Amino acid sequence: MSTTLTYTSSDLAPASHARVRTTSALRAEWTKLRSVRSTAWTILALAGITLGVAAIAGSTVSSSWHTMSAFERQTFDPTGLSLRGMLFGQLVIGVLGILVMSAEYSTGTIRSTFMAVPNRSKVMLTKITTMAAVGLIVSEVLSFGAFFLGQSLLASPAPHAALSQPGVLRAVVGGGLVLTVLGLFALGLATIIRHSAAAITTYVGVLLVLPLVVQALPSSISQPVTKYLPFHISDAMTSVTHVLGSGPSLSPWTGFAVLCGYAFVALAVGMWMMVRRDA
Amino acid sequence: MIQVEGITKRYKDTVAVDDLSFEVREGVVTGFLGPNGSGKSTTMRMIMGLDAPDEGSATIDGASYHGLGLPLREVGALLEAKAIHPGRSAFNHLLFLAQTNDIPRQRVSDVLEMVGLSAVANRRVGKFSLGMGQRLGIAAALLGDPPTLLFDEPINGLDPEGILWVRNLLKGLAAEGRTVFVSSHLMSEMALTAEQLVVIGRGRLISSGSVNDFIAESSGQYVRVRSPEAQALEVLLLERGAHVVAEDDGSYSVSGLDAAAIGTVAGDAGLHLHELSPQMASLEEAFMELTRDSVEYRGHDSPHGATNGTPVSTLFPSTHSGK
Ligand SMILES: Nc1ncnc2c1ncn2[C@@H]1O[C@H](COP(=O)(O)OP(=O)(O)O)[C@@H](O)[C@H]1O
Ligand SMILES: [Mg+2]
Repeated sequence: MSTTLTYTSSDLAPASHARVRTTSALRAEWTKLRSVRSTAWTILALAGITLGVAAIAGSTVSSSWHTMSAFERQTFDPTGLSLRGMLFGQLVIGVLGILVMSAEYSTGTIRSTFMAVPNRSKVMLTKITTMAAVGLIVSEVLSFGAFFLGQSLLASPAPHAALSQPGVLRAVVGGGLVLTVLGLFALGLATIIRHSAAAITTYVGVLLVLPLVVQALPSSISQPVTKYLPFHISDAMTSVTHVLGSGPSLSPWTGFAVLCGYAFVALAVGMWMMVRRDA
Repeated sequence: MIQVEGITKRYKDTVAVDDLSFEVREGVVTGFLGPNGSGKSTTMRMIMGLDAPDEGSATIDGASYHGLGLPLREVGALLEAKAIHPGRSAFNHLLFLAQTNDIPRQRVSDVLEMVGLSAVANRRVGKFSLGMGQRLGIAAALLGDPPTLLFDEPINGLDPEGILWVRNLLKGLAAEGRTVFVSSHLMSEMALTAEQLVVIGRGRLISSGSVNDFIAESSGQYVRVRSPEAQALEVLLLERGAHVVAEDDGSYSVSGLDAAAIGTVAGDAGLHLHELSPQMASLEEAFMELTRDSVEYRGHDSPHGATNGTPVSTLFPSTHSGK
């Protein structure tokens, strides 16, 4: 590994502008995202879970149809069934959103990043944009994929859903949107917490443990609170005939707005801390 | 040029950098010297805009780091702590940095070539040895071809060949007129690379100036003299105001007169000399002399115990280098 070159040459053309451009920062974020294996692995896992659950659920319902009660058949929601995997997918996209940020901190890459782009708000905003774009494309593709795969494996006598039926398109598109926003919420958490394991634990806690805690509370408290939990918001969005859980639900889009609020708060607090803290 | 003015950084129970001011000129290698824990890395992080100083300011060619337009084209830095994702290839690490500052892709290949990593450009950094990681960090610093460069302990983890390479690189960069600021806790290393020195202890400035001044002012030079007529010579030297110490091995250490003057005295008096050799206190000794107070004091009040309290004498084994 020896080299005879001892110093640099000065043949770099001067830049025609004086600031880090947003497009340049975005391109760099995309390079970072695509150049680590964890990105491909988490997206692969996300695909496996959403499509896998859709396939399994679709193919098993047909055989159990004859044992279902009249009420179960009446409220049977073929759309929600195909999108059931999206609920598990929430955990996976959270891991992606977390690693995008926490890996920078845990490996020290964040210092390289800040030295190249000292405007930390810009770093945060370009990261959010990149994660949002990748999250949205992946989530929507998988949501539609899960829907069509699930429907194709669903055999009569179980009824099928079509995108033209009321609420179905909303559930499929909304499923992807919910996943995207949860990925951004996770990104915000990771910016606050900065450690992968701690951020993942917190995220899983909010998604899975919090509902259990709320459930254990007296119903006078749990009733009005439950509908604000991300899990329930997501369930309301991906269902057409909504029966899961006992309490009332927010309407799909109200719930989505609340979810966006959570993500906004996590990202805003994270950004505020990123700008203030030493790297 | 780097200008640091009254910069102060406090952590919970430590004052890591204490009202530190100095300047780093272009065209020479300036060494940043201090025992471990004296605040070198913290100062460099503040210059690079990563840590915010509690007081004071640091500027690069007159601008604060946050005021630099395309910073990688103005300053490049190799920091002490690793700043590279082990799962990313060397090429992609440099590529994303280049993209932020609109540095052409070709330049990534060029700097990889410069540091001798072309063959492993697409290998994941996690598989790199310490020395290869260090070379990649140096490549990142050179990426924007910046006029100002900071290196925090750049020879850590390098083999002798790598150390030599870094020394030449630093000198070459300075010879091109760049500002080169390099930290080390090893005085001997600075003696070989640096022309100017900024010496700190416990976050405070101890000395700054040229390496030669540093040695001269902190620890005197002396001449070793052996003579069969030592007593007669001693009398003559004392008459001329020299300071003479008889050593155990029979030689005399003479200070206050240089070798030429001593030789003339002996010659005029017809006295024989068996040895007349100018001795220079080693840089380590000079450094120990300067930082002794700050280090000893630190040993008592440091909450971090051994790390910061390690006496400098164990970090810098005393060796006479007859330079
Ligand atoms: N992030 C930090 N939090 C708390 N203390 C720190 C931090 N960084 C450095 N220090 C303390 O500041 C002092 C200076 O450290 P440093 O700048 O790393 O010194 P050097 O690079 O000269 O070895 C040390 O006492 C160190 O323990
Ligand atoms: Mg250090």
